[in-house]
Amino acid sequence: MIEVRNVYKEFDGVPILKGIDATFENGKTSLVIGTSGSGKTVLLKCMLGLFRPERGSISYDGQKYKEMSVDQRLLLRQEIGMVFQGSALFDSSTVRDNVMFPLKMFTRQSVNEMKARVDEVLDRVNLPDAHNKYPAELSGGMQKRVAIARAIVMNPKYLFCDEPNSGLDPKTSTVIDNLIQEITKDYNITTIINSHDMNSVMEIGEKIIFLKNGVKEWEGTSHDVFRTDNEALTDFVYSSNLFQKVRKAQLAEAARDQHQK
Amino acid sequence: MINYIKHIGRYFLMLKRVFRKPQKKSVFRELIFKEIEDLGISSIGIVAFISFFVGGVVVIQTALNLESPLTPKYLIGFASRESLILEFSPTLISIILAGKVGSFITSSIGTMRVTEQIDALEVMGINSLNHLVLPKLIATVFFYPFVIIISIFLGIVGGWVAGIITGLVSSTDYIYGIRVGLEPFHFFYSIVKTMVFAFIIATVPAYHGFYVNGGAIEVGKASTRAVVWTSVVIIVLNYVLTQMLLGK
Repeated sequence: MIEVRNVYKEFDGVPILKGIDATFENGKTSLVIGTSGSGKTVLLKCMLGLFRPERGSISYDGQKYKEMSVDQRLLLRQEIGMVFQGSALFDSSTVRDNVMFPLKMFTRQSVNEMKARVDEVLDRVNLPDAHNKYPAELSGGMQKRVAIARAIVMNPKYLFCDEPNSGLDPKTSTVIDNLIQEITKDYNITTIINSHDMNSVMEIGEKIIFLKNGVKEWEGTSHDVFRTDNEALTDFVYSSNLFQKVRKAQLAEAARDQHQK
Repeated sequence: MINYIKHIGRYFLMLKRVFRKPQKKSVFRELIFKEIEDLGISSIGIVAFISFFVGGVVVIQTALNLESPLTPKYLIGFASRESLILEFSPTLISIILAGKVGSFITSSIGTMRVTEQIDALEVMGINSLNHLVLPKLIATVFFYPFVIIISIFLGIVGGWVAGIITGLVSSTDYIYGIRVGLEPFHFFYSIVKTMVFAFIIATVPAYHGFYVNGGAIEVGKASTRAVVWTSVVIIVLNYVLTQMLLGK
């Protein structure tokens, strides 16, 4: 379980996170949603230890990150998988080398064992024939899948995904969402996803946290998102024309039901 | 002024993180060989080309300035050798490498920064500075002395060819001049300078690349800044080292 308590973060005197509290439970997919600039990525990077919060604490299974020794942090990081917004694949390495990299660095496996593990995770993300390609030769969706493969190759306890669907078409986005959800269930991972994609909210979000201007504005389930009275969240959720139409249809249906009763 | 002090402080803090024990020796060894190829072997061609022709120019200019019939011709070879060993090869070649290799280091590390590849390393629990900079540092510090020795040799050969083609000095005089009054300490001075400059060529551009903020334009600007600062530091250290090693 990851607990975020009263986390403040600022850059050059400008507050980005203003006292965030959140709990991310084991084996669940949690989504942090919000508009661009709401502080989602900063929160994620604070949780990963890439940014140090000015105030507050982040705990992994009850142990505060800032109180951990260097060795404890190193061990924790080996239990974390991360899918970055732009995939962050090493562009001078092949797909195989990208995925194999954490194994090379942190295990004593033989080359054959590492290759077998790489084959296994690349099969898991449906990329069985991309081993010798370079990231630049792959589509955005394939790069994301390689990034997921690299993130899970060490069997992590925690999986963080920063906007895994950004730049992808809706069909590929759904494929990536489903893949993340399947992996979360298969490996019993605590998955935290930053997103502003409402399809992801509907498809895979078991728990939703809505950030606005660095403040946690709302928290609930994907079921609750479409029934909330929170104005800011409603504005966010129904900001696209498609969802506005869905909203109108829902309201009309609710009114009809009311009328029939 | 405060800004400069801040950068210098951050540079030394960076070095503190660079000089840590590598996390996996086998990976580290691979990286060193890769960097020797990227930063060293790939530079030999341009260094050889420049050294050969500059050696020729040095001989022609020296010969034209030693027109007195009382001055022995072998001094052309002697003066050219000393110029190449003391100054041209270690300092000017290092400045050329600061441009070629320095911009490569800044842009490659800077691109890794803006595309979150460095964050990916950190999230995995890897000391990114140690992983990215130490192999470059070792590759340059231990390989550039060989590059400079090649430069000195080719400069002398270039001077010999130019001397014969132009008829400004005979082969016998030139070779005698090259061999006369050879001071081994000057080689030591040249190698020491090269190793110090190699340290600067690896670390100053790495600093500029590692702490870049923004996107592609910022990476480009950082590369330019890195080349300028590396050259400035080399020139200043050249003076300091010369005073320390050759000054009375």
